[in-house]
Amino acid sequence: MGIIIAKILIPFLIIVNLIPLLIWVERKGSAYIQDRRGPNRASFFGIRLGGLLHALADVIKLITKEDIIPSQVNKPFFILAPFITLTIACVTYAVIPFADPLIIDGKLFPLQAANLNVGILYILSMSSLGVFGVMLAGWSSNNKYALLGGLRSSAQMFSYEISMGLSLMSVVMIGGSLELTTIINQQSHFPWQWNFLKQPLACLLFIVATFAETNRNPFDLPEGESEIVAGYHTEYSSMKFAMFFMAEYAHIIIASALISCLFFGGWQFPFLSTHFLREQAGEGIFILLLAHAFLFVLIGIFLLSKFSKGKYGDKRDYEVLVIGVPFTLLGLGLGFTALFIGTGDYGVMGRQIFAALMQFGALMTKILFFCWLFIWVRWTLPRFRYDQLMHLGWKVMIPLSLANIFITGVVLLFL
Amino acid sequence: MPALKQELESETMLLNVGPSHPAMHGALRTQMELDGERIVGSASEIGYLHRCFEKHSECSTYQQIIPYTDRLNYLSALMNNVGYCMAVEKLLKIEAPDRAIIIRVIMCELSRIMDHFVCVGTNLVDIGALTNFWFFFNIRERIYNLIEMVTGARLTYSYTRIGGVARDLYPAFAIDCRIVLKEVEQAVKDVLGLIQHNRILVERTVDVGVVTKEQAIEWGFTGPCLRASGYDHDLRKAEPYYFYDQFDFDIPIAENGDSYDRIMVRMEEVRQSTRIVLQALEKLPSGLIMTDAALVSLPPKEEVYGSIEGLMNHFKLIMHGILPPKGEIYSATEAANGELGFYIVSQGGASPYRIKVRPPCFPIFAVFDKMIKGLMVADAIAILGGLNVVVGELDR
Amino acid sequence: MHHPYLPVLLIIVLGGLFAGVFLLASSLIGPKKGTKSKLSPYECGLKPVGNARERLDVKFSLVAMLFILFDIETVFLFPWAVLYRDFIKSGLGLFMAIEMGIFLFILAVGLVYVWRKKALDWR
Repeated sequence: MGIIIAKILIPFLIIVNLIPLLIWVERKGSAYIQDRRGPNRASFFGIRLGGLLHALADVIKLITKEDIIPSQVNKPFFILAPFITLTIACVTYAVIPFADPLIIDGKLFPLQAANLNVGILYILSMSSLGVFGVMLAGWSSNNKYALLGGLRSSAQMFSYEISMGLSLMSVVMIGGSLELTTIINQQSHFPWQWNFLKQPLACLLFIVATFAETNRNPFDLPEGESEIVAGYHTEYSSMKFAMFFMAEYAHIIIASALISCLFFGGWQFPFLSTHFLREQAGEGIFILLLAHAFLFVLIGIFLLSKFSKGKYGDKRDYEVLVIGVPFTLLGLGLGFTALFIGTGDYGVMGRQIFAALMQFGALMTKILFFCWLFIWVRWTLPRFRYDQLMHLGWKVMIPLSLANIFITGVVLLFL
Repeated sequence: MPALKQELESETMLLNVGPSHPAMHGALRTQMELDGERIVGSASEIGYLHRCFEKHSECSTYQQIIPYTDRLNYLSALMNNVGYCMAVEKLLKIEAPDRAIIIRVIMCELSRIMDHFVCVGTNLVDIGALTNFWFFFNIRERIYNLIEMVTGARLTYSYTRIGGVARDLYPAFAIDCRIVLKEVEQAVKDVLGLIQHNRILVERTVDVGVVTKEQAIEWGFTGPCLRASGYDHDLRKAEPYYFYDQFDFDIPIAENGDSYDRIMVRMEEVRQSTRIVLQALEKLPSGLIMTDAALVSLPPKEEVYGSIEGLMNHFKLIMHGILPPKGEIYSATEAANGELGFYIVSQGGASPYRIKVRPPCFPIFAVFDKMIKGLMVADAIAILGGLNVVVGELDR
Repeated sequence: MHHPYLPVLLIIVLGGLFAGVFLLASSLIGPKKGTKSKLSPYECGLKPVGNARERLDVKFSLVAMLFILFDIETVFLFPWAVLYRDFIKSGLGLFMAIEMGIFLFILAVGLVYVWRKKALDWR
C-alpha cells in the first residue's frame, strides 16, 4: 500500500509543482519574446529568484482575495465547475510511465501510478471529461459572455476530440497495444524509430488537437478575452479563477507528456538503451556528477561575478551571493565526491535506479520542451474565428486523420 | 402539403459590448443582437467620453484652447495642436516661420507613426496576436522620449502656439531622431514578418469588413480607411499645406478595403512618414520658431521695458488676448485617422464664437453597425480595431 | 496484487482533496463584503438586458450530436487497431483491412453527407 501511495504522490507532486514553474516560464518567456523584463519585483528578504517568487505571491494574493459568488449564479454548479476542472486535470497523469519498469526479484515493477492496459483510452476519456467543468462554468454563471464561452469551448473540445482519437489510431496500429509502456518500448532508443518520423501526419494532427483541447492560443476562443471578456470564467474570482488557470497549465503538462510519450519516445534516452544505462551505471554516475559539478560551479561563478554592492542599495544586492555561494560549494562538493568515489559499483538496485533517473530526466526534458512549445506558439500566433476553427476541425483534420488510418493500414499490410 | 423544411427557431440574445469591455478601446458601446455567434443587428452608442470641448472653447481665449485640443485624439495629440493652430493662423492671415513649420511637420509625422502603431498594435491584440503590440510599443516609447525631450510632455504636449511652436528643437535632435527612425523601420519589418503572410491572420482579416470605394466615399471616410478602399485621397497631396508638395513621398493605396488592407496601408504609411521626417530633417532651416507679428506674439523683453509700443503690445496681448477679425474659416489637415477639420467662427472677440471639429473617426464609426451586420462577434472586434476609433475625438 | 484501478480511484480522491482544499481555503480566508453592484452579473458596466439562458441556435446541439456519432465510431476502431498487427501475422490481414476499409468508407460517406448538408458551415 505504501508503494502505491508513493507512486501516486510523487508524480502528483511533480506535476503540481510544475504548474507555478510553468506559469513563471510563461510570464518570463513571453516577456523575453516581447522585449520586456517580465516579473522581477516580488522578493523574500531580498531573494527574488528571477521572479519565481511571483508564483508564490500570486497564490497568497488569490487565496486572500474576496471570493465573489454573484447573486444570479446557480451556486452548487458554480462551485462545482472549478472543482471538476482542477480534479480532472490532476487525474490524467495516472498512466504516464516515467521510466522503464524496474525488475525486482524477477518481477516487473512499472514506474507509473496506475498500470492500466487501456492507457490511451483512459487518457482520452479523462481529457474529454474536462469539458464538463468548462460547460458547467459557462452555464451556471448565468452571464452572456460566460455562456458564449462555454458554448464555444464545448463545441471546440468536441470537434477536436474526434481528430485526437483518430490520430492516435495509427499509433495504436503500429504499437499493437493501448498500453503506453508498450508503445514507448516499441519506439526504442533510436530517435529515428520514434513515432513522429513513422507517423508525421498523426503527430502533427495530435499536437494541433491537444492545443485545441487545452484551450491555448490559437484555439483560445473559449476565453478569447477581446471578444467575450474572459469567456467561461468571466464571473469567477479569487481562488476559483486561479483553479481554472492551474487546470489549464496542468493540462499543458499532461498534453506535453502525452506528445512525448506517444510520438517522441517517452522516457527513452536518445541512443542509450536501458540495458546500456544499467550496465554502465558506474561510469554514468561519474560523468553525471562531474557534469553537474561543472555546471553548478559555472552558474555559481557567473552569479558571483554579478555581485556589485550598491546596485539596489538594499538586501537585493546580496541575492547573487546567497544563491551563488551554495551553488559553487555544491558544485565543488559534487566534483570532489565524483573524484573520490570514481566509477564504483552500485549493485543491481542502484544501477536500475540510476537508469530510471536518467530516463526520467529525458522524459522531463521532452515534457518541458513541449510546454515551451505551447508558450511559444501562444505568443506568436493570432486567434482563430469560431467558424474557421470548426472548419479546420471537421473539414481538414478529420478527413486527414481518416486518410492517415487508411494509409497506415495499407502500408502495414504490405510491409 | 406543407413544407417539411422548417427552420428551427432560436431566440436572439442581446449582448452589450462596451463601454467596459476589453476590445472597446476607450468607452464605446455597441449593443449587438446575436443569433448564436452571428450579429443580426446592432446599435452603437457614443458619448461616454463627452467633455464639451466645443462649448468649452467658446469661453476660452484662442491660446487656452490649445491644451483642450491635446485631448481630442490623444494618440497623436500634436496633430490636433497643429490642425487647430493652422486654422487660427488662417483666420488671422498670418504664417508661422519656415523653421516652425518644418518642426511641425516632423512632429506631425512622428505622431502619425505613433498613432498607426497603436492602432495596428491594438487591432492585432484584438485578433489575438499580443506580441506585435509590444514590438510597436517599445518603439513608440522611444518616440515618446524623443518628443518629451522637445516638448517637455509625454501625452498632452500643447506644443504649438498660434504663430509658431513653443520651444526649439534641442541641438542633437536630428541625430536622435535618425536613430529612432531606424528602429521604427525595424519594428515595422519585425511585425510584418509575423503577420503579413500569417495564414490565421490573413483568414481573419481578408474579406472581413469590406468597404467598397463607392461606399467609402458615400459614408464620408477619410484617411487610411478611405485609401484602403482604393480611393487616392490625401490632403497632403490633394491640397498641400506646409511644404508637403516639396517632400518626396507616396500615398499607399490598397484595393479591397478589408481589415487586412487597412492594416497594411497603415504600415506602409509609417514607412512613408519615416521618409518625410528624414527629408524634413535635411530641409530644416535656421531662424525664428515664432512669428514676430504683433497680433499674436509677445514682443521681446527689451522692447517691453524700453518702448511704449512694446509695452502696449504686451499689455494688449496679455489682457485682451488674440483678437482675430470677424469671419469664419474651415481648415483641414491630414491627421493619422483622416481629415481633421477645424471650423472656427469669430465675431472679433477674444474667444471664438463657435468651434466645430470634424473628427475623422466620427463618420467611420457612424457606419460601424452597417459594416458588422451579418458577421460574427470576432469579426466585429477585428474590424473595430482597424478603424482606429479614438473616443476622445469621437465624443469630444 | 491490488486491483489495477485502485490507484486511479486514489488519484481521483487526491485530486479532489487538492481542489477542495483550495476552495475551502479561499472561502475561509477571503473577506466577505458583497454589495449589490458587486454581486450583479458582469455586463460591461451596464444593467443586463434579457436573460442569459434563452433558447440558442440549434447548431450548437448539432455539433454535440455529430460528436457522439463520430466518437462512437472512433471507439469501434480501437479494438481493430490494437489487433491489426496480430491479424496480419495470422494471415487475416487483407480481410481485416478490407473490412475496416468499408467501415472507414461508411464513416467518410457520413462525413461527406454532413458536409454536403451544410451542417458544418457556420455562415
